[in-house]
Amino acid sequence: MRKHRPTIRDHSAEANLFARRAFVGFVFVTLLIGVLLSNLYNIQVIEHQDYQTRSNDNRIKVIPIAPNRGLIYDRNGVLLAENKPVYNLEVIPEEVDNLEEALSEVEKVIKITEQQKADFLDDIKHNRRFKSQVLKARLDETEVAKFSVNQHKFPGFSIEARLARYYPYGDTLTHALGYVAKLNKKELTKLEAEDQATNYRATHDIGKLGIEKYYEELLHGVVGSQRVEVNNRGRVIRTLSLTPPEPGHDLVLTLDIGLQQIAQHALKDMRGAIVVLDAKDGGVLALYSNPSYDPNLFVHGISSTDYKKLLNPDRPLINRTTQGRYAPASTVKPHMSILALEEGLVTEQTQIWDPGFFQIPNVEHKWRDWKRWGHGHVDVYRAIEESCDTYFYDVAYRLGITKISDFMTQFGFGELSGIDIHEETSAIMPSREWKEARFRESWWRGDTISVGIGQGYWTATPMQIANATNILVNRGLDHPPHLVQVAKKENEVTQINNDEKPPVVLKNPHHWQIALDAMHNTVHKVTGTAHKAFKGANYDPAGKTGTAQVVSIAQGERYDAKSLKERQRDNAIYVGFAPYNDPQIVVSVVVENTGGGSTVGAPIARQLMDYYFSANPIQIAQSDAP
Amino acid sequence: MIPLNKKRSIWQRLHLDLPLLIALMTMMVASLAIVYSASGQDSAMMIRHATRMFGAILGMFILAQFSPNTLKSMVIPLYCVGLLMLVGVLLFGVSSKGAQRWLDLGVTRFQPSELMKIAVPMMVAWYIGRNHLPPRIIHLIIGFAIVMVPTILIKEQPDLGTSILIASSGIFVLFLSGLSWRLIGFLSATVGLAAWPFWHYVMLDYQKQRVLTFLDPESDPLGSGYHIIQSKIAIGSGGIEGKGWLQGTQSQLEFLPERHTDFIFSVLSEEFGLFGVCLLLCMYLFIIGRGLYIAVNAQDAFGKLLAGALTLTFFVYVFVNIGMVSGLLPVVGVPLPLISYGGTSMVTLMAGFGIIMSIATDKRMLLK
Repeated sequence: MRKHRPTIRDHSAEANLFARRAFVGFVFVTLLIGVLLSNLYNIQVIEHQDYQTRSNDNRIKVIPIAPNRGLIYDRNGVLLAENKPVYNLEVIPEEVDNLEEALSEVEKVIKITEQQKADFLDDIKHNRRFKSQVLKARLDETEVAKFSVNQHKFPGFSIEARLARYYPYGDTLTHALGYVAKLNKKELTKLEAEDQATNYRATHDIGKLGIEKYYEELLHGVVGSQRVEVNNRGRVIRTLSLTPPEPGHDLVLTLDIGLQQIAQHALKDMRGAIVVLDAKDGGVLALYSNPSYDPNLFVHGISSTDYKKLLNPDRPLINRTTQGRYAPASTVKPHMSILALEEGLVTEQTQIWDPGFFQIPNVEHKWRDWKRWGHGHVDVYRAIEESCDTYFYDVAYRLGITKISDFMTQFGFGELSGIDIHEETSAIMPSREWKEARFRESWWRGDTISVGIGQGYWTATPMQIANATNILVNRGLDHPPHLVQVAKKENEVTQINNDEKPPVVLKNPHHWQIALDAMHNTVHKVTGTAHKAFKGANYDPAGKTGTAQVVSIAQGERYDAKSLKERQRDNAIYVGFAPYNDPQIVVSVVVENTGGGSTVGAPIARQLMDYYFSANPIQIAQSDAP
Repeated sequence: MIPLNKKRSIWQRLHLDLPLLIALMTMMVASLAIVYSASGQDSAMMIRHATRMFGAILGMFILAQFSPNTLKSMVIPLYCVGLLMLVGVLLFGVSSKGAQRWLDLGVTRFQPSELMKIAVPMMVAWYIGRNHLPPRIIHLIIGFAIVMVPTILIKEQPDLGTSILIASSGIFVLFLSGLSWRLIGFLSATVGLAAWPFWHYVMLDYQKQRVLTFLDPESDPLGSGYHIIQSKIAIGSGGIEGKGWLQGTQSQLEFLPERHTDFIFSVLSEEFGLFGVCLLLCMYLFIIGRGLYIAVNAQDAFGKLLAGALTLTFFVYVFVNIGMVSGLLPVVGVPLPLISYGGTSMVTLMAGFGIIMSIATDKRMLLK
């Protein structure tokens, strides 16, 4: 280093220089702090609102909560569709140290199929690790118990409950109640179009059939929501606010589960349908189609083997009460006679000679009566009581198809009954126009003859037959059939289905009496076709039997050589009401391929009426214990 | 001669500057509270933090006992050892988070760049202070070289934050020593003019892009911009009064990255609002003011330059950190001094304050 310094150090000058520089430094520091502060003022005060919003967007998420689906009760308050907790084995992957090892340990306690495992591993891959995934759905009680005991061994595994639909009466009510099942893509698109997608954000299932489908909107309820605070990984930290979901309406049906069970028992393994209507208001007391199936299978997704079993020639999936198309046969003779009386073709006293067949003048073809040797001289009463075919061949021939078609349409034939399920067909009330459109052929005189006894092109559903008779017993008043009586929500009760259709008006109301009296005689006279079946009943029944040649059932059948013979047998039909003086119920029974209405149909109707009018209902165990 | 018999206060005998000590202690208490909140109420972490603080205070106290003259005698060995270790880091260093900053000494790991934060301003202050102020050009050039060699070595680790801090500490010595304004103006103009052709003709497109995202991180919201955006949301949503201690949703729910270290200022802003921010900045301004006051009153040029440079470097920490988290400056890893969790920077900073206190209580001051 240098030995000579040019000048002596001037300490005070240096100190001054340093002080000046330090001061400049301090000024700089102050200025820069001012810069920082003005920027922070801008962020924290001027743009505060914007950042506040973004901060809330970060942390607040809205989670939808599914409403509880409304329950369904029968007319006496018996629970028909309920929500039961189902138990799923769920896993939060984040909380499991060694997933593979844990899975193989769990498998020692609960059986897990390869498919379930594969689905589960796939779910994990596509979801965040703190989100719970279902490993096995619907554990049974043993599995729940077994796992619960070993719970401590499996951190991250837990049993979670959620509500699922359960039908305690199983196959007894399937065709009336229908069922719910998992919401599919198509339904979701439809909900979106109806602006309902938000309402279903937390919902698993939707009504697919029957009442569950028809009243979906009422049953479903309104979705609730939970505003939660989440952290940066989306995990819920706490609940900020809760809007509880609004449960769906409970429905009270007009059905009587006891009567429904009688119907099921009465049909045993016969294919057929039973409809019982409340004559006072059209409420459906029983609606049973045999064979049936367990709706609970569908709630959690039916397996393909189970589903294939349902695709058998007995067609259990068809609701025969509203979709089965049967020739109404002799059950329409009372209506036909009213029309003939109204048109003045016959009077109360007019007698027609029945030699056992009917012929159109100058035509060879003979339309045979069911009694080969004929009924002899028959008036309108005997024609109904003994179900004389020739009388009605003659009447129909003289009425012509247009008058018949117009009149029968007023009784609901050829039209949807308006029952509150979607599975319904209007069947066929033939007319000139109908045949023209259907076969591109004009109506022949001969076509009308068999229509006179409810056959030929004429088809009707058991529901239509019951409804037509209900209009008759109410002397023209039309209470459309319906399954739901009231919808209930908390204390608020809404009456539904109490509308009436315009009545059928006759020129001479006495004609109602003639038809009803004849139906009364059918049961009470020794010669009446339903006399035997109702002998000794402690109420006053009336009715009409029918035996229909098989035309077709809904959508036709496949040709099957082995069953051909059985399937060609006649259908037994019975329609009746009681008590005669003040009708309370109307019953219609159709049994496929079993022959006579008086031997098969009427006894079933009697069982139903006996039950209904009995002071002590017959106790029958539930078909499927809950 | 002024008589020696004037009673020295207990603080002077302990070589502590009371106003500065009070300010530092206040900051540390505040730090404990904010770290507790930022760590998600992790008391174990708070205890670790408090332990390191205690160590840092002890270090400050010990350094304060050395007289400036003793320190002067340690300058050259300290600087040389530091420089050697920096070279060692580049050759045998231990990597962590993509940067090679640590030297494994068997028992403990050591970050030589921290030593240089003290050694560089000391060395420059000693070298410039030996000669007349203002320094001559040749001294300036050598002084500049003393600063730039370790700066470049640290930049290579890479540790941009520390190299900026070290460079500025050295440059502050030169500035305080009376570097002529004309020269300052000339140098700034040269750098500015050189940058233009450099940008247009030398740099490639991808390099430019990298610089642009560095300067404006919000243009890359999924990458480095995410941190800054979350940080600004935290600061902005704090408003004037703040959300309250432990109530900051951005920090408590972990939207904010590096909450207890580099981004702790955002936690403070969210929970205590502009009010808390002003209080913090006032504390910093007081500490800086006090540091400069001590520097101005220091006994000799070495003490003045060193105390002044350390104080101004302290401000660089503050400015770079707050500027970074509030989106004014690019993201460089500089902690918020005295508040951020982290032992190393705390120890270094307090060592700096220990030296300032040694200068403040140098007994020769009384002889003046």
